[in-house]
Amino acid sequence: MKMDKEVFKQDELAVYAMRDLYQRYGYTQYRVSKFEEYDLYAKNKSFLVSENILTFTDTNGKLMALKPDVTLSIIKNIGKEDKTLHKYFYDETVYRTGAGWNGFREIMQTGLECIGDIDLYAVAEVVMLAKKSLSLISNDCVLALSHMGLVTGLLENAGIDPDGTAELLNYIETKNTHAIRKYAEQHAISSNDTEAICRITELYEPLDVALEAIAPMVRGQKMEDAYRELRGVSDLMQAYGSHDGLYLDFSVVNDMSYYNGIIFRGFINGIPDGVLSGGRYDRLLSKMGKAAGAIGFAVYLDLLEQLNRDAVVYDVDVVLSYDVSTDIAALIRAAEELRKAGKRVLIQRNGAISVRFRQRMQIGKGGLEVLEAYD
Amino acid sequence: MKPMINIALPKGRLGEKAYRIFEQAGYECPSIHEENRKLIFENPEKGVRYFWVKPSDVVIYVERGAADIGIAGRDIIAEYEPSIYELADLGIGKCRMAVACKKDFCDNRDRTLRVATKFPHIARSYYNSISREIDIIKLNGSIELAPILGLSDVIVDIVETGKTLYENDLEPRETVLDISARLVANKVSYKFKNQQIRKMSEDIAVLIANS
Repeated sequence: MKMDKEVFKQDELAVYAMRDLYQRYGYTQYRVSKFEEYDLYAKNKSFLVSENILTFTDTNGKLMALKPDVTLSIIKNIGKEDKTLHKYFYDETVYRTGAGWNGFREIMQTGLECIGDIDLYAVAEVVMLAKKSLSLISNDCVLALSHMGLVTGLLENAGIDPDGTAELLNYIETKNTHAIRKYAEQHAISSNDTEAICRITELYEPLDVALEAIAPMVRGQKMEDAYRELRGVSDLMQAYGSHDGLYLDFSVVNDMSYYNGIIFRGFINGIPDGVLSGGRYDRLLSKMGKAAGAIGFAVYLDLLEQLNRDAVVYDVDVVLSYDVSTDIAALIRAAEELRKAGKRVLIQRNGAISVRFRQRMQIGKGGLEVLEAYD
Repeated sequence: MKPMINIALPKGRLGEKAYRIFEQAGYECPSIHEENRKLIFENPEKGVRYFWVKPSDVVIYVERGAADIGIAGRDIIAEYEPSIYELADLGIGKCRMAVACKKDFCDNRDRTLRVATKFPHIARSYYNSISREIDIIKLNGSIELAPILGLSDVIVDIVETGKTLYENDLEPRETVLDISARLVANKVSYKFKNQQIRKMSEDIAVLIANS
């Protein structure tokens, strides 16, 4: 089977390539039902990309939902005391809304989850697979890493209360250092702490360079643990040879009530939004009464259609035209030859053509003649 | 060849002032001063491409990546809450968003407060923060008319000098938001055109600090 852009759409190609990638690292495919009880999402709405959920009433009167997310369904099935390491990937259809959309959409989503007793290796492997997933879409990609522990540790060291933390995380997310300075002035934050917060807000450097840059700011157990983990991930990424395109960027912020350690977002040049999002979400598991830890990510394949939008797409390679005088048997033979050579061929009587084609040909006296060519 | 930086400027006085800042920071584009109907102005030598858009559209162009950076008022950013970076406060176009009402208006908390505004999101967030029940009346212009004709109790609107308010027997009360023009950037452009955007942002910050 031909696995090229002309046969498959970009998101379909990506799904196959990622499925192959995850399997090669020992992840097994997890299949979930299209429906879940609505209750599962109602309790964890802010974990979802969009809070709108498509619901319906089942024959037994239960309120059901067309699943807007896969992670919650996987976690639900993990035993309360189960700490065995599970490595799953999925490619499933999810149903959700988005800003500016005209209602719900059916979206293909792929991703992976590593659930259980998570150690440094498991974290680094997931980060590496996130990076490789992006590279499968385009080589012009960036995986931006952050660490909730490092950011909140820095804010705690500066004596900032939980309300202030939420406000400052907003500013860090938008790289808004002037608002941070204003906040610091109003709340009498020391100039050293203010500069450190501004420094990490502005930071966008390759991981190893960035780690050197922030080393002097690291103090306190929370920051030290976070720094050690980032350093460890950086070393293992070197070992994997996946270090390029890996940046430290603390403007990647996720909901603190679900995410704790490392978090990351993936970007492709040409798509104006993050196409991959993930991180360590032990807190979601403990909320759901599970003892295990977890790290994973999702790839938003619906965004891939924004890539190469301007490229001319042809529906067929050749349109073979005929009229009443054409030798149809010769026409069929010529078409079959072209198909054998890998061309997509449409045979159509002379007249208006509704598909986009590279070439239009006909059978002439000397064989095939090109009538029009666009490529 | 270095990539071009697409810059969305808000049409009007604020945008012209903002362009002068870019110009002084070394990102001039002489063709912008030519009298013609062109929509886009380029200076390949400086790696910049400017275009004028409606002020409230700047954040849309930037969020969706059609512009790498832009100049947007704090009011527009707060109203639309786009997912973008806010890199610098240009310190121009300073004004405030305030609650205003008839001079003799006295709020009765037993009743739902009728609020006319062009900025429903900002108004809603403000009244949520003080737990006041409101009825939003979204208008697109001449907001000051609403309390005069009894369409609303108060308005939430931009106040520069307050002259229009005073001339119509209205007065500003609480400040909801301090406004000035901000340099904003698309989050993905910031990654893939990092050096140019950072340099531009730093050059502008230095210029503002020295002015």
